[in-house]
Amino acid sequence: MSRGDLLGGLAFLLAAAVAPLLPAWLVSLATIAFANALVVLGLIILWRAGLVPFGQALFYATGAYCVALLARYAGVRDVFLMIIAGAVSAGVIAWIIGFLLARYRDIFFAMLSLAMSMILYGVLVKTEALGSTDGFHVEAGTFLGYRGEMLDLALFWLVLGTCAIAALLVSIYLRTLAGALAIPVRDNEIRVEYLGVSVNRLIHIKLVISGILAGIGGALAALVVEHVDPSMAYWTTSGGFVFVTILAGSGSVAGAFVASLVFELVRSIAVNLLPGTWQLILGSVLLLTILFVPEGLSSVWQRFRRQEKAL
Amino acid sequence: MTPILSVRALEKTFGAVVAARDITVDVPPQQTIGVIGANGAGKTTFINMITGHLRPTKGSIRFEDRDITGRPSREITRLGISRSFQVAQVFPSLTLFENMCAAAAVAQASDGARMFRPLRSPATMRQAEESIELFRVAHYRHTRASTLPQGVRKLLDIAMAVVGTPRILLLDEPTSGISIEEKFDLMDVVMSALKSRRLTVLFVEHDMEIVARFADRVLAFYDGTIIADGPPAQALADARVQSLISGTKPLRPEAHA
Repeated sequence: MSRGDLLGGLAFLLAAAVAPLLPAWLVSLATIAFANALVVLGLIILWRAGLVPFGQALFYATGAYCVALLARYAGVRDVFLMIIAGAVSAGVIAWIIGFLLARYRDIFFAMLSLAMSMILYGVLVKTEALGSTDGFHVEAGTFLGYRGEMLDLALFWLVLGTCAIAALLVSIYLRTLAGALAIPVRDNEIRVEYLGVSVNRLIHIKLVISGILAGIGGALAALVVEHVDPSMAYWTTSGGFVFVTILAGSGSVAGAFVASLVFELVRSIAVNLLPGTWQLILGSVLLLTILFVPEGLSSVWQRFRRQEKAL
Repeated sequence: MTPILSVRALEKTFGAVVAARDITVDVPPQQTIGVIGANGAGKTTFINMITGHLRPTKGSIRFEDRDITGRPSREITRLGISRSFQVAQVFPSLTLFENMCAAAAVAQASDGARMFRPLRSPATMRQAEESIELFRVAHYRHTRASTLPQGVRKLLDIAMAVVGTPRILLLDEPTSGISIEEKFDLMDVVMSALKSRRLTVLFVEHDMEIVARFADRVLAFYDGTIIADGPPAQALADARVQSLISGTKPLRPEAHA
């Protein structure tokens, strides 16, 4: 573990410790923000290799619907089982479509992933058994049998714990050969191939990891909101994740969590200030980010440290 | 001696254009071969077919005991045939040291499972350092590849190709883009670095003085095929080579008289 991993762990512990003292609205906002941050973490993995998918909501919705369906038809209520189910279902989908997606780059990659997510959206909207456009209710989860008064806090801690584990694993992955070759892949695929490594296979691995992360994010979101609907697969949802990824920057794992929290805060403040035109504020924030911190929030604190190692 | 590389009746056509035809060569181990020829003579096509970048239309390529005709380039690299490029192929946003580390780490990760070991291991960093010393580029260790001088970038490209301890190294115009004064220095560094590795080397080169000095054998390409093959003194003195490639003597002097 690096110093950054330890600092990140401490930050998660601190967030868990102060949660009971915080107002309920803030805890619930942070819960959904951190659940979504897992999707952003997956996008950062792809972005480091130069890939931006516009259809990551495909995996998000897969994880969410998997949880909702398990609760509804199989009577599964345990949150830990549900997280695993969300991860596996999205991971399998990512692995299958990865055989096709991993062969494309740039705008073709982005559009193909968008197309995939819109196929799922179409299926969800048209299928009565899946609640059609309204979606359906998700029964509250249980924690190894526990379902008591402090469910909101328990969910927050669950999300925090999941995020902490995911952040540590991703941070380790980024330092392995398969993870660290992201920048070489972005820089020069020819040289990577002539070192003897399949670029498509590296990208396929990244797709599966990002799919698993988005699936877990979707599963957690379904548990938090207690409802799923097709908008979770819609392209604006994917766009939102890309938005937060730009805000975060590709430089660090912590950026995903900070940016996701900032995004949800800005959005909720904007909705309160300008209920009709809150998108205006959000758009301005994105514009200012691109103009003044083009490498995202993670570049802000890296400016104060010595330059981050690229590998 | 059994050849390490054996090319038989190789042919490559792009539609109606014949880029290579009837190329037959045996390369014994540890030979240094200079490949010469005018632009479009088929030198790079020849190299590209050996390294799997292009699939030959006809013919076969054997490396040691294996038929490698038309295999993907990364597989051929793994088998032990490495290459550098006319335009240096490095990772511009990484430093020279990070470039070497990436190459060394891949070279040490021979199987898939090792792809999930940390990139910065003591072994990879040691190997990267060794290569940096060997190619005498230590001065630029922490310079980003995008801002390296052209000659250093070429050396880095070659060093990255060699770090995987290949048995054959193909250098596509190692001195292109380098000033005349620096060419010999660069080739001296490259050749002395390679000598310690007992490599078989094929290098494409336009400067006949460099070919004469560094090659044990010369392959002269013209119009997609080999027109002369032999020791430099003999091949460079060949009348067709002199008129068609080196330009030192017209083929039919009387036509210009």
